[in-house]
Amino acid sequence: MSGVEGYMYPNEITLYWSVLIVLYPYITGLVAGAFILASLERVFRVEAVKPTYRLALLTALAFLLVAPLPLVLHLGHPFRSPEMYFTPHSTSAMAMFGYVYMWYLMAVLVFEIWLDYRREIVLLSQSSKGLLRMIYKVMTLGSTNISPRSLAIDERVGWIVTLIGIPSAFLLHGYVGFIFGSIKANPWWSSPLMPVVFIFSAMVSGVAGVMLLYMAISKLRKQTIDMRCVDTIAMYMFYIFIIDFTLEMLDLVHRIYEADESFRSLDFMVHTQLYFSQIVLQIGLGTILPLALLFLTQVVKLPEIARKRIYVLSGCLALVGIFAMRWNVVIGGQLFSKSFLGYTTYKLALATKEGLFVAIALTLLPLLFLWILVKLLPPWPEESAHAPAAGD
Amino acid sequence: MKISRRQLMILLPAAAVAWESVLAGTPEESPNYKMSEHWWGMLVDIDKCIGCGNCVRACQTENDVPDGFFRTWVERYHRSDWPMSESGDVTTNPLIAPEVISPDGGKEGFPAATDESGKYFFVPKMCNHCADSPCTQVCPVGATFISPDGVVLVDQKYCLGCAYCVQACPYGCRYIHPTKEVADKCTLCYHRITKGLTTACCEACPTGARQLVDLKDPKDPIHAFLKTHSVQVLKPQMATGAKLFYNDLDGSVR
Repeated sequence: MSGVEGYMYPNEITLYWSVLIVLYPYITGLVAGAFILASLERVFRVEAVKPTYRLALLTALAFLLVAPLPLVLHLGHPFRSPEMYFTPHSTSAMAMFGYVYMWYLMAVLVFEIWLDYRREIVLLSQSSKGLLRMIYKVMTLGSTNISPRSLAIDERVGWIVTLIGIPSAFLLHGYVGFIFGSIKANPWWSSPLMPVVFIFSAMVSGVAGVMLLYMAISKLRKQTIDMRCVDTIAMYMFYIFIIDFTLEMLDLVHRIYEADESFRSLDFMVHTQLYFSQIVLQIGLGTILPLALLFLTQVVKLPEIARKRIYVLSGCLALVGIFAMRWNVVIGGQLFSKSFLGYTTYKLALATKEGLFVAIALTLLPLLFLWILVKLLPPWPEESAHAPAAGD
Repeated sequence: MKISRRQLMILLPAAAVAWESVLAGTPEESPNYKMSEHWWGMLVDIDKCIGCGNCVRACQTENDVPDGFFRTWVERYHRSDWPMSESGDVTTNPLIAPEVISPDGGKEGFPAATDESGKYFFVPKMCNHCADSPCTQVCPVGATFISPDGVVLVDQKYCLGCAYCVQACPYGCRYIHPTKEVADKCTLCYHRITKGLTTACCEACPTGARQLVDLKDPKDPIHAFLKTHSVQVLKPQMATGAKLFYNDLDGSVR
């Protein structure tokens, strides 16, 4: 049989979880990570990262809006997906998705963004014209009181929402890890470390993503990059990355040392089919190299330009590495037979419902959403003051 | 042909009865069937299986199984003798690395065995109708479920086609139907067993290697069989409560 090596159970030859299911944990990971970065400023009072606070929230929202799309597109019957809300199955981890998602979207992100922007929204609804005025009017939700006392309440409530948001972000992404980690039939997935590894890798990717976006947008807006801010972000990224890498290596060492019945089969897979994506991309280029680069910035006093370049390079590498990690989990988990006697191959289609083009479109879509969000709710203080004037 | 009045009196009611059953199409579900009185499983006697593939073909015909997918299939195991290298060292353990084939699910039988050494045997596979089934556990909407008589079924009008159950089955018994785009699997011929019939695969097996068993029926021969034979389930470490029992199962089978 083409693409099959050794023996697969006959129903295992087709892979059912495609690149879209790789994107799903990748995108939710970016959401969770971006939110954690925002909470650094809000809850943990890390003042240095303030310039990215609003951008991080909007990034989280833009990606969260796209997060369910790959899931729904991959379903055989997408129109039946509301059943997950109406008739959730209590023992299914996946059934939780709808609730965790809606909780996170509405009770945490949208609410926090609304509270944070309420003053601007009210001002914009008074100063803008035409359709935009209507949009802002709707966004005020009829709450136009922007007295200092009212804003102080917003601030207080926002803080509480962020506080609730941190465990929610952990829940959102930890549960994604649980979806895989709880499948006892699949030794590549089945691990209690899976949710924890997912959370920490999510934080790395989200922090890296927002850092890169901040640097890119500053460049586009011809603004100077606040080096104190990116230095701090890079430092946090470095430390979270160390935890992430340690956990992943713990999992690996544990597997190698225990060498249970699945080990021969999985070991062979990692050295053949997954060699490039796991050893080269995920561990080598995607983890060790950026870690080494970031380590350099922590111990050696480098000039600003060198630091910037290192941050951009290690940020990009981290994003690639974490995408590779999701790929290795999702696709790797389906390449070997549960008989441990053979392997199949994944053929990435191009222009199908679950093909490469759709995957690329879904990766770019959050950036489009982010662009719209940034236009609507400018995350920079000076621009929000100028925006109404420009409209006149 | 001349029919007398007397003959007509006999023939007319007979024709009416025949016409009735023609109109009815497939027979109605047995009204006497009570789900609570049964707990279904299957017994496979490895020693009796000849690898003819009758069961696979019967299943495909009975249940309209799409080509390339299998509600039941047959594997042929070849467990070689202990291989020795030239230095006399034992190299690989054949219990860990058996050679397994299942060309087109064993539907058309198997090629002739070439290796004189070792041991060849056939293992028919299908859904284990687990009592603690991991596949029904993970379904996000409960579209797949265990019926009160112990059969794992899928409500295909309700299934989202997310394939989570396919990932969760340790035995590779599920697939996504290529045209219906919903989960599909062995139903233990539920439409037959509830009418007092056996499954298509058991019916078609020429050697009686497959036996439908009702564990709640005290008269079922399974009870005597279990007392006198060494019976196992696949992957017992998965603790799925599998009800597909194998007699004389080799340790290399997974």
